[in-house]
Amino acid sequence: MCLAIPAKVIAIDGYLAEVECFGNTRKVGLTLKPETKIGDYVMVHAGFVIEIVDEKYAMESQELWKEMIKHEQHED
Amino acid sequence: MSSMKTNVYRDPVLGKELIQAIKKQAKIFQEKNGRKVNLMEVCGTHTVSVSKAGLRDVFRDDIELISGPGCPVCVTSHEDIDYMIELAKQPEVIICTFGDMMRVPGSHSSLAEEKANGHDIRVLYSPLEALDIAEEQPDKKVIFLAVGFETTTPAIAATIDMAEKREIDNYYVFTVHKICPPVVELLFNDPKLKIDGLLLPGHVSAIVGRKALDFIATEFKVPSSIAGFEPLDVLAGMYDIIRMLNQGEAKVTNQYLRVVTEEGNKAALDMIAKYFEAASSNWRGIGSIEGSGLVLKPEYQKYDARNLYDITIPESSNTRGCRCGEVLSGHIKPTDCGHFGRSCTPVSPVGPCMVSYEGTCATYFKYERKV
Ligand code: SF4
Ligand code: SF4
Repeated sequence: MCLAIPAKVIAIDGYLAEVECFGNTRKVGLTLKPETKIGDYVMVHAGFVIEIVDEKYAMESQELWKEMIKHEQHED
Repeated sequence: MSSMKTNVYRDPVLGKELIQAIKKQAKIFQEKNGRKVNLMEVCGTHTVSVSKAGLRDVFRDDIELISGPGCPVCVTSHEDIDYMIELAKQPEVIICTFGDMMRVPGSHSSLAEEKANGHDIRVLYSPLEALDIAEEQPDKKVIFLAVGFETTTPAIAATIDMAEKREIDNYYVFTVHKICPPVVELLFNDPKLKIDGLLLPGHVSAIVGRKALDFIATEFKVPSSIAGFEPLDVLAGMYDIIRMLNQGEAKVTNQYLRVVTEEGNKAALDMIAKYFEAASSNWRGIGSIEGSGLVLKPEYQKYDARNLYDITIPESSNTRGCRCGEVLSGHIKPTDCGHFGRSCTPVSPVGPCMVSYEGTCATYFKYERKV
């Protein structure tokens, strides 16, 4: 039921958007995330955008994980 | 290529290092407690990620990974499936549903069988399409089968909102929505399970926000982590939990920062609050749990498909002895069920856990069978 891969918003028409994911396009609702803009990466659930994926945070969690490992290795 | 690079979350080097870090913490736990650590993945999509990445096998000696009641298709009760089937038989009705629901066995039949019998049942990608169908066919009653957790409920609420705005008055929903906290509480209180930590669903958390899940740590003292669905997301969440356990800490951490915020999605939460209220709900194989469902508020009853017909369903039963209830509540593994892989396969499923893409039995059948 759930698509866990972010899709890219390529067009917006009022409360509907067109998103693209792996070459497929789909019409999705924006009611739950009205601030969505063209070019955003979004999580879609049951035909609606539920969240915009924050690329800054995406990079941060990478750094966080590397930290975690470093920390763990230091304890040896 | 315009798809965002998701493969950074599959980085094999980082993955291996994380696995080592987790194993090290898991050993510490085992030495301290004389047993393996029990982690439950609540969400069906996590069950798939964990199995697909081979993590159950990787951690065979260190961690007991228990699959929880996280697939909305699987937890829908017999009675509710039976009701949907009776609805589908009404003359002027068009039933719209997500694909997974089609083959879920009711007591006597399934939606797929009823479609074969000539009833108008359509598989949709989105409930938005159901609105279009309703608009195009005003002489029909278009009913969307609204299944799902906090992630799906706001989407369904949004379609009612749109139906109101577009003045579509032949669109209805049959709600079997469920919410996660009450069932989580039930599992914690089960002395047989001994859950040490929870891997929390990324998308439910995107809606409700990290803070709303703090009760798991404060009330139950169980460390938990919100995780995304890529292998590294899952590993990071597992590491957090075991480390907290070893340090005697209990918090709800967020390892899905790129999607989950502290407060959640306000517009979605407002949508739920506008149209829905809590009610008791019936979980397959588990039974009725108070406050674990969401139903339309009294002022929106005209959208509720339950009010359309006077339907009495024939006696509901689990005639074929499917043990989904025990699988869903983490009491047995799919392989402990006598039907598994013999009389029950994805091609001819006995229970919903073998039907749904995120079903625990289907996942084990696909990825955990040693041939
Ligand atoms: S609805 Fe979302 S949170 Fe629930 S099982 Fe599916 S992916 Fe997980
Ligand atoms: S193997 Fe089949 S019958 Fe057994 S619990 Fe799973 S779905 Fe039900």
